Amino acid sequence: MTEQVTAENNKLTGIAVSPGIVIGKARLVDRSKQKIIYQYLINENEINREVERLKYALEVTKEQLLDLKSRIPDSIKEHSFILDTHLMIVEDNMITASTINIILEERINAEWALKKSVQKIRQLFDQVDFEYIRDRINDVENVVERILRNLVGKKQESLSNINEKVIIVAHDLTPADTSEINTSMVMGFITDVGGKTSHTAIMAQALKIPAVLGLEKATVSIEDGNMLILDGYKGEVILNPDNDLITSYQEKALYYKNYNSSILQLSHLPSETLDGYRVAVKANIEFLEEVETAKENGAEGVGLYRTEFLYIRNKGVPVENEQYQDYREIAEKITPFPITIRTLDIGGDKIFSNKKPSNEANPALGLRAIRFCLKEQEIFKSQLRAILRASAHGNIRIMFPMISGVQEFIDAKGILSQVMDELEKGNIPYDRKIKVGAMIEIPSAVMVADILAESADFFSIGTNDLIQYTLAIDRSNENVAYMYEPYHPAVIRMIMQVVKAARNAGIEVSLCGEMAGDPFCLPILLGMGINELSLTATGIPQLKKLIRSLSKEAAEKDLENILKLKTSEEVRRYIQKITKDYLPDINGNGFKLKYLQ
Amino acid sequence: MEHKKTLLIQNDLGLHGRAAAKIVELSRKYKSKLFFIKNGYGEVDGSNILSILTLSGSKGTEIDAKADGEDSLELLEELSRLFENKFGEGR
Repeated sequence: MTEQVTAENNKLTGIAVSPGIVIGKARLVDRSKQKIIYQYLINENEINREVERLKYALEVTKEQLLDLKSRIPDSIKEHSFILDTHLMIVEDNMITASTINIILEERINAEWALKKSVQKIRQLFDQVDFEYIRDRINDVENVVERILRNLVGKKQESLSNINEKVIIVAHDLTPADTSEINTSMVMGFITDVGGKTSHTAIMAQALKIPAVLGLEKATVSIEDGNMLILDGYKGEVILNPDNDLITSYQEKALYYKNYNSSILQLSHLPSETLDGYRVAVKANIEFLEEVETAKENGAEGVGLYRTEFLYIRNKGVPVENEQYQDYREIAEKITPFPITIRTLDIGGDKIFSNKKPSNEANPALGLRAIRFCLKEQEIFKSQLRAILRASAHGNIRIMFPMISGVQEFIDAKGILSQVMDELEKGNIPYDRKIKVGAMIEIPSAVMVADILAESADFFSIGTNDLIQYTLAIDRSNENVAYMYEPYHPAVIRMIMQVVKAARNAGIEVSLCGEMAGDPFCLPILLGMGINELSLTATGIPQLKKLIRSLSKEAAEKDLENILKLKTSEEVRRYIQKITKDYLPDINGNGFKLKYLQ
Repeated sequence: MEHKKTLLIQNDLGLHGRAAAKIVELSRKYKSKLFFIKNGYGEVDGSNILSILTLSGSKGTEIDAKADGEDSLELLEELSRLFENKFGEGR
């Protein structure tokens, strides 16, 4: 008996980053480390060609390193000597002359000859008595890897040449890959690595190409030319589906297409409940390119602009002007709507490439976000100056992440007013009435929300961290991840307390975690009287549609009942029951809610 | 013209990455060729960073520098200042 291959065992699960269903042929794109093969060179022509290839690769490598060096921000210029060292390695006889000799004498290809040179160098380093010198072999290997990439780089297939309709399957895609893609031919992206905030995810959303990332073994399981179904709603890929399955997915694809175009049409209507309660619906974004997607989806501004990207891309602190240009451009693009900029939310270990990964036992509870900024005031001030200067060109609000109490918030505001004084003295324009808010994501801030509200212009509740800190759950730890529970009564009460404190003080309160995009949480948040929800742009049309089909008054009554419930399970059951009436779009169509998120 | 000079490594870290890089930079400013001779290592090219690193030059080691060319004396002069000043590392 032959084994039946069913759709079930041909299903690969990853992370849904860009919605849509597509069905088509796989095109495997190899972007992994190149395997080095041995090649014997038969004639003088081939030998000369290999020498020229090596020289060319060395030259390109040198240019790349010089280019990198020229782009190092001033603040970490002193570390550029590492690049100087790398440049010297590229020019070293043990790499250049030695490799050319091996090509000539042993009649082998440049890659293999280079590999032999490195082996020799490694032997010499192995004999060095001192570890800190011996470790420099890492620099040699780093440089050689770069030379190898440049050697084989010329052979790499460019994604712009694809001329049939395919779904791209790759280990990873670089920004260069995604930017040169032919959107009329590429139907979808599938990669082994990457997640919701990776560059590939952002590009896929911007290009409106369905994508599932982080499948881990996609490039191993899928072969070039395989038939695939890519489900960008659920984050699933089905390999070699049968005809029945293809038909049913075609129906689903059509259904979603119609559904999406119907909600997109509504997405520019105000987000207002049946009984006239207005909730601002805004987008969480990380890159400039996302602004267009946000506007198309009907975002009424940016509720959370993450600023870490500039620091991570630069491998250091970006110069003030670069930040200023970025903030200004984004603020201008979203005008007339406001943008809330969150100041740096990471620790030093993520910024400085020369620093070892954090040696803190518990980095989530360590020196990061506002704590890091209050310690490294020069870095903080340069960001604040950049934001303030940009505030002359748009409607900008500032918020400080990870505020744990009143003193911290006042200290941060103190530095902000110092920077304002400096700008004032220099006659540099900025928005003097800029709104300054606190992110509420630490339980202690919830407990003092009433007194914190006296000095804050607004609150923004970051539920992802708040849930983790409240329940003491690390979501990335698979042993406890199941306990991460937005419906936990403690979480609901925490949020309630913050909303109440804000309301009593007459300040605005928004929510910018994943809960904001969860339709099941919407009745709870509406009942509380949240002023603003900020979520991934692609979730906005649906959320707006749901808001427009709910009534605030009914949500308030349900919230009263929910607050009396004792367990997450009870809350979940209650919500499922009421959403039958609340969310007819979801329960009426026979598909699981998960699909529509 | 060929000249030789014996140099003493005085900095704590010895001929590590940054010190070796400084030697390479220095040697590039001159027309003369620079070599190092250390017991058991033979003669190595003083304008190549990897050769200098793999000399395994630690604090307290003596090493012979040889320069060959029209400005060899000046080269050795500046080189020995670099060694004495502990490559600007202070210790």
